[in-house]
Formats: sequence, C-alpha cells, structure tokens
Amino acid sequence: MTLLDRVYAALDTVRDPELDESVLSLDFVSSCEVSEQGAAEVHLRLPTFFCAPNFAFLMVADAYDAVLAVDGVGSASILLDDHFASNAINDGVAARAGFVHSFAGEAQHELEELRANFLHKAVLAGQDRVARPLLADGWTPERLSAARLGDLPGSPDLDRLRNRRELLGLPAGDDAPLLMDAAGRPVTIEAMPLHLRRARTTRVGMEANGGYCRGLLADRYNLGTTP
Amino acid sequence: MYEKDGEKYFVVDSHSHFWDASQENWVPGAEQYAKGWIDCFYGYHKLGPPETHWDWNRYLKVTEEDFVRDVFDEGHVDVAIFQSTYLREWYRDGFNTLERNAALAERYPGRLIANGRWDPREGDAGLKQLEEDHLRYNLRGVKLYTAEWRQGSRGWSLRDPEAFRFLEKCQELGIRNIHVHKGPTIWPLDKDAFDVADVDTAATSFTDLNFIVEHVGLPRIEDFCFMAVQEPNVYAGLSVVVGGLMYARPKFFAKVMGELLFWVGEDKMLYGGDYNIWTPRWQVEGLVDWQMPDEDQFSDYPRLTTDSRKKILGLNAARLYDIPVPAQAQLGASATQAGAQA
Repeated sequence: MTLLDRVYAALDTVRDPELDESVLSLDFVSSCEVSEQGAAEVHLRLPTFFCAPNFAFLMVADAYDAVLAVDGVGSASILLDDHFASNAINDGVAARAGFVHSFAGEAQHELEELRANFLHKAVLAGQDRVARPLLADGWTPERLSAARLGDLPGSPDLDRLRNRRELLGLPAGDDAPLLMDAAGRPVTIEAMPLHLRRARTTRVGMEANGGYCRGLLADRYNLGTTP
Repeated sequence: MYEKDGEKYFVVDSHSHFWDASQENWVPGAEQYAKGWIDCFYGYHKLGPPETHWDWNRYLKVTEEDFVRDVFDEGHVDVAIFQSTYLREWYRDGFNTLERNAALAERYPGRLIANGRWDPREGDAGLKQLEEDHLRYNLRGVKLYTAEWRQGSRGWSLRDPEAFRFLEKCQELGIRNIHVHKGPTIWPLDKDAFDVADVDTAATSFTDLNFIVEHVGLPRIEDFCFMAVQEPNVYAGLSVVVGGLMYARPKFFAKVMGELLFWVGEDKMLYGGDYNIWTPRWQVEGLVDWQMPDEDQFSDYPRLTTDSRKKILGLNAARLYDIPVPAQAQLGASATQAGAQA
C-alpha cells in the first residue's frame, strides 16, 4: 500500500455525521495529494454553498485527525472549498482551535453532543438494516426480539451497527441484544413493532437525505450520473 | 381544474414564489451569499426532469407572463399560496417579499393568496408591522424562516418568548396558518439547525393555529414524523419532497411518501410545487398518476386512492385557507356520479 493509498484509506473512515456515510463514498473528496516529504493536501467539497457549517466542521476536523494519524504523513492541510464558511472552518481546523473559537459568538459548545445525536440515529437506522432481511428470511417476531448480535449472520450492516454502538459506548459484543432503545435497554416484544417502525423511518430519512446530497453534488460539480 | 380519467382535481399549490434574485438586486458586499442562495435553489431545480430545466439567467427572475403560463395555464394550479421570504441581508429589495407577491395576487383575484411573515427579532416594530400588513392584505397565513440572517444573528427559534408574542398576535388577528421553514444556518450553530422540536412546543401552546412544516422538516423527516403524529395541528408541506424526489429518486420518493402517509396521514399532507424552483405541471400530473410501488419493500405502506390524491393536491389546503372548492372536485364527486345526478 502506497502512502497515498493509506491516506485514502484514512479518509474512508471519515463520515458525514448526518448521513452516516464515508466522505469518500459520498464523493466529497475532490482531490488528495501527498508529497514525498509526507505533506498531505486534501480538498473537500459539499453539495451546496449553505450546507450546515457544524457538520462541515466535523468532517474537516475528522479528516485532519485521520490523515495526520497515517504513518508517514508529517503535515496535513484539509481545505473545504466553495462553502460560505470555508475560511472559518479551514482556519479553525488548521489552528486546532475547536468549533466554539472558530465561530466565536455563534456557538457555545463543541460538537460532541451533536455528533452523538446523529450516532444514535445511525444506531436506530442500523437496526432496521439488520432486522429487515431477517424478517424477510422468515424470522419470527419472537426470535427477532430475543436475538443477540452473536446469533446473526455476518454482514457489512452488522459490522457497521457494532461500530456505531462502540462509538457511543453502547453494548456491541456478541451477547448484546440486536434491538435496543437509545439508552441501551433491550426492546420488549410488545414494543418491537413501534421500535422497528421508528428505525425504518429514521433510515428512510437518512438515506433520502443522502439521495438529495448526491443529486445536488453531481449537479454542482458536473459529475454526470449520480453515484 | 386538472382532469384525468374522468376525475377532477382542485389543485392548491401551498408553496409558491415570485422571487427576484436578479443580479441588480444583490446587496453589494453580499453577492456571494445572494449567488450562493440562488445557486442552491438552482441545484434543486436540476433534480426535476431535464426537459423542464431553464438556463440560470432566466431562473433568477421570471416574468408575470412566465408565472401565469407555468402555474395557471400549463401547471393545472387553481389557487397558489405565496410564501414570502425576505433575505434583505443579501437581496436589496428582498428576495420574495409580501409586497411583490401581493402586487401580483391583486391582479389575479381568487387565484393567488399572499402570505406574510414576521421575525421575532424585530420586537415591537415587527408586531406593529404585522398588524399593518394584516390590515392591508388580510393575511391568512405567514411563512417563517427561522434561519434568516439578521444583523449578525443567524436565526431564531419558535420557542423564544419573543416568538410567542408574535404567535399570540397571529391568534388574535386570526392569521391561522403558520408555515415554518427549517434552514441550515440557525443560531446557535452548535445545535442541529434542522431540529423541529421548537415547532412541537409552539403547536402544543397554540392549538388554534395550524403549523405547516415545509419540506416536511427535511432533512429531519423522522423527527418531523414522530412529532407530527402527536400534534393534531401540525401538517406536512410536501414542497421539495415532490419536486426533489419524485423524478430524481423515485424509490426514496415512495418511501418518504409511505412514511408520511403512515405517521401524518393523507388528511394532513399539502402539495407544494415550489415555483419557480420547479414548474408545477409535471408534479401535479405525476402525483395524480403516482401509486406506491408493488415491490415487497413498500408492502406495508398505505396506498393512495383517488380521494387521497384529491386531498393532498388541494382539498386539505383549501380547508385550512377557506378556499371554496367546486362541487365536481369534492370527494366522491367522480364524473360518473356527477353524470348520474345531471
């Protein structure tokens, strides 16, 4: 793996917190270069000029941390282009100033609560992604409601769900229940239909947003057919 | 009225505009925001069918002739409701003001309704302006843009005590329909700008008012659904849902419609075409022809009936705005029945 490959692999771990998808799969990385001396320069782009600055800040800051952590990278420059708050975000991240300082007077808190909020949505949506195919395979409600992660067939959706739970400090091991509420409590069979409804709605919301974002990005940067 | 297969549809477009984003109207020094705003709209425009796309210059400002042709003559719209948006920080004469909308509305009586606006940050002067606007235009609704920039502030919340004073004033004046747009730059920036929780608070406190959440709270459809299901006076404005998804992402359109039909219900969904982000014709014709797909992944979503389409396309909004609906477009008044009565 070349250094550049490793930088791309690092960028693949950076997610749009709102959509819970990698910035690479969303095509938000417009260029990525690394010099022989290990200086990385990454340009990011978003679907609109007015995309929410808080999420944009998180992506730029996360990309900065991820790229700088790559063995062989000595310095990183992460630049968000074509955004109303490009300068505040780019300068703030480069100076490691944090969000509150970068948007002095407009924010009172760092963005961890916001991030956690969206991870909770991802965890809820992820339960639909994992449970829906099981129901289609004939799992009974009783079996589903009692299922633990270790009982389930392996899949990228299951890995993703475990990962998001780990990030929140929620149970993610083999004995953790598949269906759990925001506090990490198992969902009873009585509560399961509504829980699954909410999980699906959350997933539909996030995926539909991703649809808008892809369409707007493709038009903004003439990417041809939307990814 | 739009007629298809013997059925008549009375179409109320609950979210329409007559904007001026021409370059002459950009505030010097704020050109990048004025351009950024309309470019963002133009991006959404391109999510519609290619044959409906306009060039950018024409998109900036349409003429009265364009509007009448696109909306009334070709667009099947019987009554359109203008939602005012000011954005004076970026557009010198405002983007889409009540004055501009009302001037057009006066020339097409009965076909256009111009909604007002208010901003709690304007305090007593804003309250007085609202009273004057109501006196002059007999307002039936307002459009609130909680993310609007104003003198260094990036927005406000419907939970603010100042906002409650304006809601009380609306109640007192009989301005019943409160259209709320959630936007991307609400202050404080460290919170989720699209959070619809403040609508919940306001709707619970002002049960005589109707709260129409535009764009169904996009991109927080789930939060909107979970909130709206609990509030009898919260409605789903479908603008951007139809225009942005029906052509570009038909599967997501079906899922989003399915979620809305399940949580909010067909009695509380209002068609909005968002002219001139999109023209209404393809949206109205498309909705009348649309049905939930038969595939398994859509199997537990509600189906649309002719009556549901009639409600969503016009009857629901007509009820909120006291718009008279011709007998032949009422529920159950199909051509066959009308023929039998004649």
